[in-house]
Parts: sequence; C-alpha cells; structure tokens
Amino acid sequence: MGEAGAGRVLVLGVGNPGRGDDGAGRAVAQALRGALPRAIELAECEGEATGILARLENASAALIIDACASGAPAGTVHRFDVSQAPLPQAAFGVSTHGFGLHEAIELARALGQLPARCVVYAIEGANFETGAPLSPAAAAAVREVVRWVSVELGGEDRKEQAHA
Amino acid sequence: MVRKTIKVNYLARVEGEGAFKVVVRDGVVESAELSIFEPPRFFEALLRGRAYSEAPDITARICGICPVAYQMSSVHAMEQALGVQVTGPLRDLRRLLYCGEWIESHTLHVYMLHAPDFLGYEGAIDMARDHGDAVRRGLALKKAGNEILTLLGGREIHPINVRVGGFYRVPTRRELQPLAEKMKWARDAALETVRWVASFDFPDNERDYELVALSHPDEYPFNEGRIVSNRGLDITSDAYDLHFEESHVERSTALHSRLRERGAYLVGPLARYSLNFSRLSPMAQQAAREAGLGIVCANPYRSIIVRAVEALYACDEALRIIDAYQPPDQPAVQIEPRAGVGCAATEAPRGLLYHRYRLEADGSIAEARIVPPTSQNQASIEADLASFVGQWLDLPDDQLRHRCEQTVRNYDPCISCSTHFLRLELDRG
Repeated sequence: MGEAGAGRVLVLGVGNPGRGDDGAGRAVAQALRGALPRAIELAECEGEATGILARLENASAALIIDACASGAPAGTVHRFDVSQAPLPQAAFGVSTHGFGLHEAIELARALGQLPARCVVYAIEGANFETGAPLSPAAAAAVREVVRWVSVELGGEDRKEQAHA
Repeated sequence: MVRKTIKVNYLARVEGEGAFKVVVRDGVVESAELSIFEPPRFFEALLRGRAYSEAPDITARICGICPVAYQMSSVHAMEQALGVQVTGPLRDLRRLLYCGEWIESHTLHVYMLHAPDFLGYEGAIDMARDHGDAVRRGLALKKAGNEILTLLGGREIHPINVRVGGFYRVPTRRELQPLAEKMKWARDAALETVRWVASFDFPDNERDYELVALSHPDEYPFNEGRIVSNRGLDITSDAYDLHFEESHVERSTALHSRLRERGAYLVGPLARYSLNFSRLSPMAQQAAREAGLGIVCANPYRSIIVRAVEALYACDEALRIIDAYQPPDQPAVQIEPRAGVGCAATEAPRGLLYHRYRLEADGSIAEARIVPPTSQNQASIEADLASFVGQWLDLPDDQLRHRCEQTVRNYDPCISCSTHFLRLELDRG
C-alpha cells in the first residue's frame, strides 16, 4: 500500500475510547504514532460518516481500523478490501448517531471519492460499556493489527531508510 | 382478532440500545414503544467528586454529534452556581460555537438521513448516486460548521477550549476572517438547502403538541432564555424540577420526562421555531415563508424544513457575530469556588438540554443531573407512532415498517450516542 503513488496515504483509527472495545481502532492508531514514515498521515476520529468522508478526500490509499460486532469470538481480526466490495453490513439509519464507517465508504464510492486502495481492519469487541477499558482479547488484537498495518504499509523498511 | 406487531430491533447486536415496537389489534394501535439507551446516566455518576472546572470537558464526551450543547448547559449551570455572569464578546463567541454545532448536526440529519425518505431512497448512499450535487453540497455545508468548532473549540469533535467563565483562548478578529468567507458560501448553500427540502412532498400529519423551548426577548435561543410553552408555561431554569419530572419505564433503562401537569411535550426544532419565529433573522424568516411554513409548524415530517431554516439562521447569525466581534480583554471571567446549586437549559440541535449541579465549598461536584432532549421527546415520538400508524395498516409490512422508521427519524433521536463500531452481518454459509 505504501507504493500507492503521489497521493496522500492515510491511516485512520475509528472509535470512541470512552466505550470499551469501541476504542480498539484508536488504540491501533495511537500505537502507530511515531512508527510510520512521515509521509503517511495518521489520524483518529469518532466514526461519524461525514467526518471520515472528509478525511478520505483526495487520499490515494487508506487503511482504516475500527471495532466491530459480528458474533465472532472477541479479538478476532477481520480484513476487508473495501475498494473491491462493500463492508458486509446491514443497512441501518434512524439517527445521526448510527451513521458511520460503512456509510462513509459507500458514500465515497457513490461520489467517486473512494481511494483507489482502501482496506478496513475490524477488531471484534467483547465489551462496549461506557467507561470500560479495552478487554484483554481486544488489546491483544490491537497489538496484532499494529504489526499487520506496519507490514502492509512497508513501515518498518521505510523507517529504516529514514534513519539511514 | 387480527393482531399485528411491527418490531424493529435495529440495534439487535447491542442489547437495549435502541428498538421500537408497535402492536396493532383489529386495526387499532394497542401500544407503541420506543426503547433508547441513555449515556448521560453514566456521566452523572462520573461527574460526582470532580472539580466544577472539569464538567465542560467531561460532559462534551457524552455525545460526538452535539458536544457543544453539553458543554454549554454545563458551563451556564456552573456559572449560576458560582455567581458568575458571562457577557459581551465571550457570550457572543459561545453563540458562534453553537451556530457551528447547529449547522453540522442539522445538515447531517437533513441530507444524510431525512432527505432519502422523501425522495424514495433506502438511504443517503443510494440517493448520492442520483443526487450527487445535492449530497456534495450537504457535505461541504456540514464541513463549514465543523470549521467553526475547530477554530473556536480547539478541535472539531469534543471541543476542549471551552471553560467555565469563558474560553482558554479567544480568537483575534483576523483569525475569524477566513471563517466569514466560508460562512458567506455556507449561507448560500443553506438557502439552497431550504429550497431543496421545500420541494419534497409531505404527509398531512399534524399533532396538537405542547411545544417547549427557550425564549429570549432579543434573539433566537441558543444559550439563554426562559423555558416557555404554547400552553402557558413560562419559567426560569431554576423552576424546571417543579414543572418537569422524570420516571423510569419498565421496558427501558431510560428515564422518560413529562410535564407534571400535562404529560407529554415536544422539544427541538418544531418547538423552537413555533415559539420564536419573530426572532429569526429576516433572511431566515423569508426563506421559511417561501418554503411554505407558517409561523407555527406542528407537522413532524416538516421538521426537515425547519432544520434547514435553522441551519440558514445559524449561518446568518455566525456572520453577524463575526462581523461585530471585538476580542475581550480576558478570555475568561475570574472564578472563586463556593458552595451552591446551579441549573441551566440550552438549546441542543435536538432540543432543550437541562443540567443541574450542586457544588461543595471547594468547587467539587456533589450532585449532577442531565436531562437530554431525546428523553424529553420520547413520549411524543411514541404518541406520533400510535397516532399515525392506523392510517398505514393497508401497506405491505416492509413499507409499514419504513413509515414507522421515518416517523422516529423525524426527531433525529439520540439513541446510541457515542458508539460507532461496525455492526457486521457475516454470511457463514
């Protein structure tokens, strides 16, 4: 993904750290701080769709990390190449509070603004209670995703080069 | 006996966060229930024992969509408890911050959630394929609102620059100028938005609500005013608890709020507009008239027009404030902690948001109470469902369910405030 050309490359951690494992995506972004090449933009957001959409604007590649609930065991990591197909999510929307990542990606696609390369890592959460810490399973998955993201971005290699 | 249940567990994977159920027997609506999840309860407990000065930052975290509202109700309540009044440019900057939040929140709901109902789309994504220009306009308008929050609030979500007594840092006139240019564009876009939504078809469903909102003699209400209604309520926020009560409802963890004397009431755009039309700016009043609104609106489906008019007003008001702005000498009023009780209501995009605090002599919080707009509207949302469903019973199930969802959507309810994790449907076949 690091080879995506001249455009912006974005790594985006999504979620609310105040709601237990909902903060897993943000934890990945925080762990990556200082560990990625400077040219890669590292950002965090709550997950409201139009805010994500604004971040995706003019990016040639994006790697997004979010928490999820699919019924799989806690700590499971799903990887979706959303430049090929939408996230497997049931449509939902009565409140602006439920308008999130799925909608951001599909709106970007409908408007022709989806980065050419766009990957979502989703970490299966166990506990979304207000004020709860990351569960041990989600915390382990966060460490795993940090490694995967570094590999996917060629971050380790580039970091070496940057120091050379 | 023919019994029909319309049930949507739209957050089925997150037990108890939000669902509705309507039961119809022999063509008559037997019951209509909406369950919502309310984060403020947790925050009330979290606030106890913390310093008064921490309340704006802590309460802003209750909601990612309307953090300014939570901050504003908390700072005004604290200032009342501490005997402080914030006036002049600091007060104007608070109104400007609120303008940003209204633009953002209203535009998000109008374009992304409500408009697809009227144009016959499943949602904003389908609508964007056919109405790309309108959706782009909505996204840019919402972003303009964000820019106010970023500049004044310190960042776009959960602003951190607000404090009891004022701000940590105030902008210079020069810093506000780029915002003025942006707001001129935004005002045009907001006017186009009003015209766009006015062209939609609306069901003819009015209800006789008790409308409750703040009212101020000189301005359309954001931060300040008496709490009034169209049935004679006219009180200061100190008297809120004498007239309103919250009660537990068995089926839900949420508290329902009612007027002690008269029961259900309505807060939010329809109430604000109908009780304060004459305080809208001339441009907003004219746009409302051209959009076919009277000076009172009691049709919840037309709330999309009212939101668009309020977003236009917010752009217009933002420009007025920026134009008149002269920076204050100090970014905040000096405060000495003391024991006391303070309450305040401000106008969140979804309606009246009431906070009450009791402080110890050292300024620590002994008690905190937060009544969000959605819990106040809950009884009215249920009454809307009960009142309107009867006329749709001939529709196929999926259309009937969609009408019910649209009816709930009129309120842009705050249902699962602050969780945004993906809800995945995985086919394991």
